Amino acid sequence: MEAAVVFLPLLGAIIAGFFGRMIGDKAAQYIPCVLLTVSALISYYLFFAVALGGDPRTIVLFEWVTSGELEFFWSLKVDTLTAVMLIVVTTVSAVVHIYSIGYMHHDTSIPRFFAYLSLFTFFMLMLVTADNLVQLFFGWEGVGLCSYLLIGFWYDKPTANAAAIKAFLVNRVGDIGFALGIFATFVLFDTVRLDDIFALATSKSDATLVFLDIEFHALTIICLLLFIGAMGKSAQIGLHTWLPDAMEGPTPVSALIHAATMVTAGVFMVVRLSPLFEQSDVALMVVTVIGASTAFIAATIGLTQNDIKRVIAYSTCSQLGYMFFAIGVSAYPAAIFHLMTHAFFKALLFLGSGSVIHAMSDEQDMRKMGGLWKLIPVTYALMWIGSLALAGIGIPGTLIGFAGFFSKDVILESAFAAHTGVGTFAFWLGIAAAFMTAFYSWRLLFMTFHGAPRCDEKTLAHVHESPRVMIWPLFLLAAGAILSGALGYHLFVGDGMATFWGDSIAILPTHTALADAHHVPVWVKALPLVMVAGGIGLAYYMYMVRTDLAAIWAEKLRPAYLLSFNKWYFDEIYERLFVRSAFYLGRGFWKAGDGAVIDGVGPDGIAASTIRFARRASALQSGYLYHYAFAMLIGVVVLVTFYFFTGTGG
Amino acid sequence: MSEFPLLSVVTFLPLAGAIMILLFVRGTPDDVARNARWGAFWVSLVTFFASLVLWFKFETGTADFQFVEVQPWLPAFNISYRLGVDGISVLFVLLSTLLTPICILASWNAIQERVKEYMIAFLVLETMMVGMFAALDFVVFYIFFEAVLIPMFLIIGVWGGPRRVYAAFKFFLYTLLGSVLMLLAIIAMYIAAGTTDIPTLMQFKFDPQWQTWLWLAFFASFAVKVPMWPVHTWLPDAHVEAPTAGSVILAGVLLKMGAYGFLRFSLPMLPIASEFFTPFIFTLSIIAVIYTSLVALAQEDMKKLIAYSSVAHMGFVTVGIFAANQQAVEGAIIQMLSHGFVSAALFLCVGVVYDRIHSREIARYGGLVHRMPRYAAVFMLFMLASVGLPGTSGFVGEFLIMLGVFEVSTWAALLIASGMVLGAAYMLYLYRRVIFGRLTKDDLKSILDLDAREMLIFAPLVFLVLWMGIYPAPFLDIISMSVTNLVDNYHGALAAVDGGKILAASR
Repeated sequence: MEAAVVFLPLLGAIIAGFFGRMIGDKAAQYIPCVLLTVSALISYYLFFAVALGGDPRTIVLFEWVTSGELEFFWSLKVDTLTAVMLIVVTTVSAVVHIYSIGYMHHDTSIPRFFAYLSLFTFFMLMLVTADNLVQLFFGWEGVGLCSYLLIGFWYDKPTANAAAIKAFLVNRVGDIGFALGIFATFVLFDTVRLDDIFALATSKSDATLVFLDIEFHALTIICLLLFIGAMGKSAQIGLHTWLPDAMEGPTPVSALIHAATMVTAGVFMVVRLSPLFEQSDVALMVVTVIGASTAFIAATIGLTQNDIKRVIAYSTCSQLGYMFFAIGVSAYPAAIFHLMTHAFFKALLFLGSGSVIHAMSDEQDMRKMGGLWKLIPVTYALMWIGSLALAGIGIPGTLIGFAGFFSKDVILESAFAAHTGVGTFAFWLGIAAAFMTAFYSWRLLFMTFHGAPRCDEKTLAHVHESPRVMIWPLFLLAAGAILSGALGYHLFVGDGMATFWGDSIAILPTHTALADAHHVPVWVKALPLVMVAGGIGLAYYMYMVRTDLAAIWAEKLRPAYLLSFNKWYFDEIYERLFVRSAFYLGRGFWKAGDGAVIDGVGPDGIAASTIRFARRASALQSGYLYHYAFAMLIGVVVLVTFYFFTGTGG
Repeated sequence: MSEFPLLSVVTFLPLAGAIMILLFVRGTPDDVARNARWGAFWVSLVTFFASLVLWFKFETGTADFQFVEVQPWLPAFNISYRLGVDGISVLFVLLSTLLTPICILASWNAIQERVKEYMIAFLVLETMMVGMFAALDFVVFYIFFEAVLIPMFLIIGVWGGPRRVYAAFKFFLYTLLGSVLMLLAIIAMYIAAGTTDIPTLMQFKFDPQWQTWLWLAFFASFAVKVPMWPVHTWLPDAHVEAPTAGSVILAGVLLKMGAYGFLRFSLPMLPIASEFFTPFIFTLSIIAVIYTSLVALAQEDMKKLIAYSSVAHMGFVTVGIFAANQQAVEGAIIQMLSHGFVSAALFLCVGVVYDRIHSREIARYGGLVHRMPRYAAVFMLFMLASVGLPGTSGFVGEFLIMLGVFEVSTWAALLIASGMVLGAAYMLYLYRRVIFGRLTKDDLKSILDLDAREMLIFAPLVFLVLWMGIYPAPFLDIISMSVTNLVDNYHGALAAVDGGKILAASR
């Protein structure tokens, strides 16, 4: 049963990938769709059995690695947390699979697309069912691979290829942290199995660990290292630059991978490891600050972007920030609650924008849209539902409201109720981000659907509502975007929370932010709604009433506008700092290091060493960075050698 | 132990085959070429199946040498012909016997000149490689270790590219110095211990003062073979000039000789010196990982790029060996085997397009996926294995190494972990330039996808890379006891010295 959920998508991927040509495009679409739907249905069954029935289980498949003390198995762990993730992943994935039948209709490599989608789902399911850190890492890297393959799906486009590589590499930077975190965990606990680690976590709360010659509180350094991995995958500030570029991939991919599932893997990982993070206040503090900063900065960037998908991408980044600062104040259930509601409404927004792009003959620039609402009314209505859910509209004190209303507000309230410095910091940044979220969401709606059409005649004549195979799945997501908040509130973050989550999430008794969130002052409950109303109002004024205002303000606030429009210059800085210098050093080491110095001194140089040496000596003062870098390397070797010959010889 | 001299059969069957081909393959040039190919292929295949018996009959519960054969050779000097394998060496014997038939298949059409001599060279090479890994006497080892180079020289020098003479000269210059020093070290050990029997020498406690010098002499030889930075510059040239199959064997097996030497001799026989030089090895290896990865990023020639990536991957191996704990050493051995499959496969991938277009220049390609989807898939798998994606053999090795190294030095672990990013950078960048993009170049528009022979070549490597990635237990079981023994003895020897020191200090 558990194995079927995970391996049916893999089967689908194998069938579509290796036999796609044999069985034809039709079969290569339908077989993965059917398998995934079956997988989704089984996960609902598991959700009832495991989460509601209170029956967590672990199925061991077979041995993976045994080396000395280190031992881990391929296995499937299903508890409440996993069960929630299972239904989120398989539902959105099934919807996206079906939607893709329509969206990829004209594509020439349909089997390959479905193979990648199903393979991605398999890795994602391996990730959420991991019972040890290494299998988590397996799924983690696997989804990264599929993300790389799908971003670069249209491999003729140089921009898509570049974005794919960027996504893989930025994630790998985070993965260094993840890997080091696993090693440190093993050093501390002598195991990488989650259950064993959790059992020992409290007893190690005072342990220290020497990392890079500095003695750290062991669990703090472990959590921080693992969190670096989470930052990469969940596009937190500093390691977020890959996510907007990832929009080069087909839109269903953006919905599935870069909104609903893969990017939430970091959130899942930290929640999964809550017993460790609970032991380290410093780590939680860092998580809060990073999360809140991401929520804020990504929202500021979203204000000024013109590509419809990039606006939603930055919105995703920002919402992931919310989830992280919820974690930071120990409101793990709130984070997962928001993860689930967000999966529905953000997938809806992405697929809705895909429907717009499809209608507009692959145009993504909102400046070339406008006035579409009459032409594609269903899509328009669905985008409204998604935006209302994202902004979080609802009536406080009741169970009436869109999904985001419940999950986002409980996060903000928890941050407030934490009554810590960082909690308050997160609360205010979150409030500001809520305003901006409403603004850019309605800016998107107004620019896309209202006003006069700004596209050319030919495109306009082509605009059509998407086929039923693309619209029907969206209704399912829309239902989730409307209902999942109200339905889940009681279980996820309300009174039923303790029994629902069981042992799958650990919260120290002293960390009461989530419990206290229900008793915050009224103004705290009302403020997000006021901000949202303000954001919508401003967007209405700027893009419906005084349409010249946006340009005027951009001119008046030019530095702020440029900062936002140029995404705080992260890409430019990274490009110069890392990409160019890597190539520069590589070329230098090759030509100067290997060529001139090593070969020059070594094999080539023996005959004419004197002449060459003179030439090199002058070359040393060449002012080239790599020459000096190379000289430093030589120096390091000589020094270390010298030190160990003389210093510790006795 | 075993009455049937299995190891000798596996070792000398290829040589016997080579002699048969030399003596009996006659006729028109076409006949000679065809018969030499088929003859060599069958001989190497039979050798491989014979060596599989080693896999199935290997006892995993012991660290002792197995399939041991002893014949007196030079009794006056206490030197005997002695073969045997343990968990560390048996898999390398299998790696050699596996890659040889693959190499012969890979050369099927690529080699048209002097086919008979080429096949003979490969079979002789196989005997030398297997003998080197199976040798349990230092003199026997030394003979095989040096003799390996002769067929390799010939393969590069006769069937190589335009700059083959320069490449061979460079290779020779580097290895010559090391070999002489190693011979001196072996003589010194013989004088000190009175035997060249390797198991005995492993138990012998060499004077710590001597260990330093002996270690350095071995290092000179092994470091070149690995190759370690900064004595690696022969490798890119040798690879570029070698024919495809030559590169495959060079990267697949010959690069493992140095690391095997460290594991078999430096660590167990010279533990004190090994510990003393560990920071030195770490420094060189870390530089190898970072420096050569950056250099690989800047390459314009496919083979050079993969050659540099080999140096980086072997940097992981040397760090792992000298971290000297269970995980790191097991990881190093797995990484060596994995690199044997993966780099071999990557060179074969280059060979596939080289056979068609006759260029290794990356800029000559682009958009191959349009015409060669099967090739793109195979290349993708091995690229990912090279990058160390979990589920492939590359991950198991790298992960165990880094985990083991982390226990010894967090700095070293952090720095080699940067190879995770850099390695991905140059491989993805290579793949993008060769496989992705539009297909614009005219001669690529009619390029053909992998044919049946090529699929057959890749199939076993694909299988092994995934097997070792998903279920490495059978490999680890074989390795485990011997590594435990090695690590325990190593730390035991160090503890004994430290204990002695403490005793001396307390007096």
